[in-house]
Amino acid sequence: MSVAPGAIDGKTQTRRHWAAGSRSTRSSRSAGYVLVLPYIAHFLTFVAFPLVFSFLLIFHRWDILSAMKWVGLANVRRLLHDPVFFRALANTGVFLLIHIPLQIVIALTLAVFLNEKLPLRGFFRAVFFLPVVVSGVVTTMLWDSLYAQDTGVLNNLLSSMGLGRVPWLTSPLMAMPSIAFMATWKNVGLYIVLFIVGLQSIPQYLYEAADIEGASSWRKFRDITLPMLNPTVVMVLILSTIGGFSLFIEPYIMTGGGPIRSTLSAVLYIYNQAFQFNHMGYAATLGFFFALIVFLVVILQKRVVERETGL
Amino acid sequence: MSGRTTKSKGVLKRAIAYLLLLCWTVVCLYPFLWMLSSTFRPETEIGSLNPIPGRVTLENYRLVFAKIPIARAFANSLFVSLSATAGVLIFTSMIGYALSRLRFRGRDSIFAVVLFTMTLPFQITLIPMYVLMVKFGWNDTYYALIVPYLINAFAIVVFRQYFKSVPEDLLDAARIDGCSDFGILFRIMWPLSVPALITVAIITFMNIWNEVLWPIIVIRKWELMTMPQLVALFAVGGKAEGLLGVRLAAASLLALPIVIAYAFFQRYFIASMATTGLKS
Repeated sequence: MSVAPGAIDGKTQTRRHWAAGSRSTRSSRSAGYVLVLPYIAHFLTFVAFPLVFSFLLIFHRWDILSAMKWVGLANVRRLLHDPVFFRALANTGVFLLIHIPLQIVIALTLAVFLNEKLPLRGFFRAVFFLPVVVSGVVTTMLWDSLYAQDTGVLNNLLSSMGLGRVPWLTSPLMAMPSIAFMATWKNVGLYIVLFIVGLQSIPQYLYEAADIEGASSWRKFRDITLPMLNPTVVMVLILSTIGGFSLFIEPYIMTGGGPIRSTLSAVLYIYNQAFQFNHMGYAATLGFFFALIVFLVVILQKRVVERETGL
Repeated sequence: MSGRTTKSKGVLKRAIAYLLLLCWTVVCLYPFLWMLSSTFRPETEIGSLNPIPGRVTLENYRLVFAKIPIARAFANSLFVSLSATAGVLIFTSMIGYALSRLRFRGRDSIFAVVLFTMTLPFQITLIPMYVLMVKFGWNDTYYALIVPYLINAFAIVVFRQYFKSVPEDLLDAARIDGCSDFGILFRIMWPLSVPALITVAIITFMNIWNEVLWPIIVIRKWELMTMPQLVALFAVGGKAEGLLGVRLAAASLLALPIVIAYAFFQRYFIASMATTGLKS
């Protein structure tokens, strides 16, 4: 298929191969450096420098206009006594506690059905994936109007059924759950696809063996499907956690972080500190600690799920 | 007997499957249809549950174009997303090629660094990146929207993985014919790696097209704003004057380009996004 032109007998081929090999190692060494040069330049400028600088900023007070002022651990001490920082953490926790279970149940159920050879399966998959590709700005503005107290479709629907109007975004208790529902609606399509990939990687003979033993569908689902899907579940947990800590545009457009800071997200708080109050040092400190928490939570989730399954 | 019960069980199972799938189809589609129909309604009719408008008007769209430079924002977004995507394809395929097919000292440590940057939460670099843009004088320029995006770790990993599967004989043959490494990359690797190129192109384009936090931070001039940024600021700022129809018209215009792209390349979108699972 891919024999070099001119390589007729074995001897010439080996000799040529050897010659080409020695030349290519020399040239490939320098070519290798040339080819990765853009990466190294980009890495040093946009990853390494920001990392080091972020670490330095933790120890400074800086409004970006005047000179940086060394303040030691003042930013860290402030963070540890900052109720708003803990509020943002708790809000992210509320979001994840609703978003993750809801997401897994809906996505897994629909994925199990979509994994069977049903007619129209491609159509369903395409429709469920639509909210995933559309900009978060669109879905947020759309749900902002669906959630509207007096004119919103959701409340009109509820009141036409004789039920009361729900203060979706105006009550501090409901606002974050409402954002979590919306995020679930937007992301389910992606997780369905990930679950389908997971389901298709389960070897068929496991089910055949269970059939011989006369296992019920539910037993098969519980004892084969669920345990075999664990890597997918870990992936969904990790992606959702990262998503929860990255919430920005949803509260930015819908609530501005209110009412009473109930939807203030990690990134929105960093944004406010940096660009409303010009507290660059404190904003960098927040960024550093939020990143650290994401990192730890992700590792913890991986550990726990892996131990549960005995992997 | 038992055959008939399993058969009726199968029918029942199928009915439940379709019922649930249809329910979620309605949940997914109805909001979009409602949004689209609201943009053609007079403001007073928007709360209606019926997705078909009674009286059709284009007033909402006229107001969007009158109030914000949305055509310009579309052009900005297109320019930024296309140039960054082209850059990503060229640069990350170069790196993926070097990391998979060339031998040089430090290669494995560079790959370890690539994997490390993938796990790095963006919250940590956000503020220093903004400071960097200020120091470079790149605020309110296209540079700020393009240059930081030119390389990403995910694309490097995809290319490295894909290039590994190309047989070594092909490369040797090209080398004997005096082909340079750039020649090998663009004339042999690229044509053999169309699926990888499509995956990286779709993910990159979509991420940059939909990105909104970074433009909000580095762009303040109305005429340089990207489309999602402009529409988001339109929604939160006073410019929409609380008119729901106008806001939804702006949101619909923002959704349109990606929905059209999705309609044509639906399969590729889904397959590409499925590989983002690699990230974790």
